Amino acid sequence: MTRKLGPLHPEDVPAVESLAKSTLPRERQLELYRYLKLNRLVEDRLTNLYRQGKVVGGLYSSRGQEAISVGSAYALEPGDVVGPLIRNLGSMLVRGVSPREVFMQYMARGGSPTGGKDCNLHFGDLARGLVSPISMLGALIPVMAGIALASKLQRKGLIALTYIGDGGTSTGDFHEGMNLAAVLGLPLVVVAEHNGYAYSTPTSRQMKIKDLAQRAAAYGIPARIVDGNDVLAVYEASRALFSAARSGGGPQFLEVKTFRMKGHAEHDDAGYVPRELFEEWKKKDPIDRFERHLLGSSLAAREELDAIVALLQKELDAEVDFALASPMPPPERALEGVYHERVEGGVA
Amino acid sequence: MSEVTFLEAIAQGLRDEMRADPTVFMIGEDIGTYGGAFRLTAGFLDEFGPERVIDTPISESGFVGAAIGAAIAGMRPVVEFQFIDFIANAFDMIVNFAGTNHYRWGQKVPLVLRGPSGGRVSGSAFHSANPEAYFNRAPGLKIVYPATVEDAYGLIRSAVRDENPVLFFEHKYLYRRIKGTIDPQAALVQIGKARLAREGRDLSIVSYAAMLHVALEAAENLAAEGIEAEVLDLRTLRPLDEEAVLATARKTGKVIVLTEEPLTGSFAGEVAARVSEKAFWHLDAPVARVCCIDTPVPYSPPLEDFYLPNADKVVVRARELVRA
Repeated sequence: MTRKLGPLHPEDVPAVESLAKSTLPRERQLELYRYLKLNRLVEDRLTNLYRQGKVVGGLYSSRGQEAISVGSAYALEPGDVVGPLIRNLGSMLVRGVSPREVFMQYMARGGSPTGGKDCNLHFGDLARGLVSPISMLGALIPVMAGIALASKLQRKGLIALTYIGDGGTSTGDFHEGMNLAAVLGLPLVVVAEHNGYAYSTPTSRQMKIKDLAQRAAAYGIPARIVDGNDVLAVYEASRALFSAARSGGGPQFLEVKTFRMKGHAEHDDAGYVPRELFEEWKKKDPIDRFERHLLGSSLAAREELDAIVALLQKELDAEVDFALASPMPPPERALEGVYHERVEGGVA
Repeated sequence: MSEVTFLEAIAQGLRDEMRADPTVFMIGEDIGTYGGAFRLTAGFLDEFGPERVIDTPISESGFVGAAIGAAIAGMRPVVEFQFIDFIANAFDMIVNFAGTNHYRWGQKVPLVLRGPSGGRVSGSAFHSANPEAYFNRAPGLKIVYPATVEDAYGLIRSAVRDENPVLFFEHKYLYRRIKGTIDPQAALVQIGKARLAREGRDLSIVSYAAMLHVALEAAENLAAEGIEAEVLDLRTLRPLDEEAVLATARKTGKVIVLTEEPLTGSFAGEVAARVSEKAFWHLDAPVARVCCIDTPVPYSPPLEDFYLPNADKVVVRARELVRA
C-alpha cells in the first residue's frame, strides 16, 4: 500500500517489531536503555523549565530520535571525537556530559560549560572528545573532517563522528566536506538523520532523491541505511562503519530513517505535519520498542527497568534544583576570552 | 643574512616554522606539485611530503573547515588561498566558526589563513581584493598585513606560532618588487605592533602593505616642498596598535589614513574614528581618508590607476591639511 501522507511515511521503515540482531550483552543493553531514558527525561525536564520561562532562548528536542544519538555514540572508542548537532543530546550524554551541564547551559547560568557565553548544546570538551557545533548546518562536516585529518597525521587511529539532518545535506559545506574527506581518505563517519522535516520544509522540497545515502554515493563514500528507531540497528551499523573508517577505509555514511516527533523547536507546534504521521510514528517510538525488546527477550524485568527510571528521576530532581539555584554570570564576563592568550614561557 | 624578495621571505618563514614544528602543515589548492599559483610553496612538497603540503579540491569552505578541525585537534594548519578574493567562499567558517570558537567554549584554534591580495596588477574584480574591512569587525580574528620583507618574514613566523586564527594578507604587487634581508636569528616581529617608517613633524600618514610604499613616496615628494610627513606602518590591523596611531596623531595634529580599499566602510574609517574620538583636541584639521573609489576593482590600467590611491593624490590631500 502506498500512501502519500508526507515526505517520509512510516512504511519507509520496515514495520518490524523485533530489533536488529546484536551480540551486546545484557548489562550493556541495559546501559543503552539507561541512556535512552536519560535523554528523554532530560528533555522532558527542559520542556517543563521552558514552559516555566526558565530556559533562555529556544529549546530543541530529539524526541523520537534518541536511538540514533545514543546508539551511534555508544559504539565509539575512547579517544574518538564527536561533533553533535542540536538533536544529539544523547551522544553528549554517552560521552559523559552530565544533566547538570545541560540544565545550566539551557538556563544560561554562570556555571554552565560556556559560562553563559553560548546557548543550548553549543559546548564542547576535547577531553571528552566533544566538538561544539555552530548553528550553520553542514559546517561540522568539514570541521570534523579536519579532526579526522589530524588523527591521520598524528597516527592516532581515532575516528571523527558527526551528524547531519536531511535539510543539512542541501548545504554547500556538507558537499565540500564529504568530497574533501573522500579524496583525502579521512576516518570520518557521518550519520544522516532522515527525519522528514527541516523546520517546516519536507524532504521533498529539499531534494529529488529518496535516500540521503545517494548523496554519499556521489562521492564514492560507502553508505548504509538502517531503521533509526532501532537502537540496536544503529549501534551495530555504527560499529561496523567505525571499524571500516578506523582501518583505513576512508569516510563512511550511515542514513537512519526516523521522524521528528516535535516541531523544529519548542515554540513550533508543527502544524504543517499531518497528524496521522505523528500517530503512526508514535507506535515506532524507539524507547518503547527497545523496552518491549528487553522485556520480550527476558533481558530485563519490568521492575528492573522501573528502578533505572526511578534512579534517573531522583538524580534529575537534584540537578534541576542545583541549576535553578545557580547564579547568572557576572555581566563583565562578556569581555573575556575572545582571544586565547598565551602564557609567556608556558605551554599554552 | 641574505637578500630576498617579499615572496621569498614569506616562503622562508613558513619553511623555518615547518622545520621547527612538526604540527605545522599547509593546505590549499595547487600548492604541492605545482608549488602554488605564485610559486610561493615551490619545493615544499619535496622537503615536507604530501602529508604536510596538502592539495585540495576547489573547496575553500571545505578546506578552511578542515583546517579549523585540525587546529582544534592539536595541529597548526596554514591555509593558502590561491587569491585572497576566494576567502569570501570561506566567510562562514572563518567568522562564525574560527572567530567565535575560543570565546564560546574555550577551545583555541591556532590557524593561519594566508594568500595574495591587492591590486595594481590588472587582476580586475576577483583577483585584486583587500578584504580586511570584512573581517576587521569579526571578533576573535587577528589581521596581519606586512609592507616590508623583514616584517613579512618575522610576522608570518609569529602568525604560525599564534594561538588564534590569523589572517595574513600578502600584497601581490610587493611579491617580487621589493627586496630586503632576513635574519633567522633575529627576534620575531610581534603581532599587534606598528612601526614608525619615517619621522616627521607636519602631518602623519597612517598606512600598511603596498600603500605604505605610496605613503613613503608621497613623503619624499612633500619633503621637497618643505613638508615633513611622518609615516606609520600599522603592520597588524587587528589587534590595532592604537597607542602608536594616537601618538603620531598627537605629535603632528594632522592625519591621513591611506588604504587600498573602497572608501565606504573601510578599515581606514575605523582608524579615523579612533583618532577623532581619542585625539580630537590634538588635531588641527579633520582626519582625512585616502582610499579607493567605491567601485569594484576595474581591469584596464587607466581605470585601475584612477581607482587606486597614489602618491600624487596623497600629496594633494597633505597640502590641504597642512595649509588648513
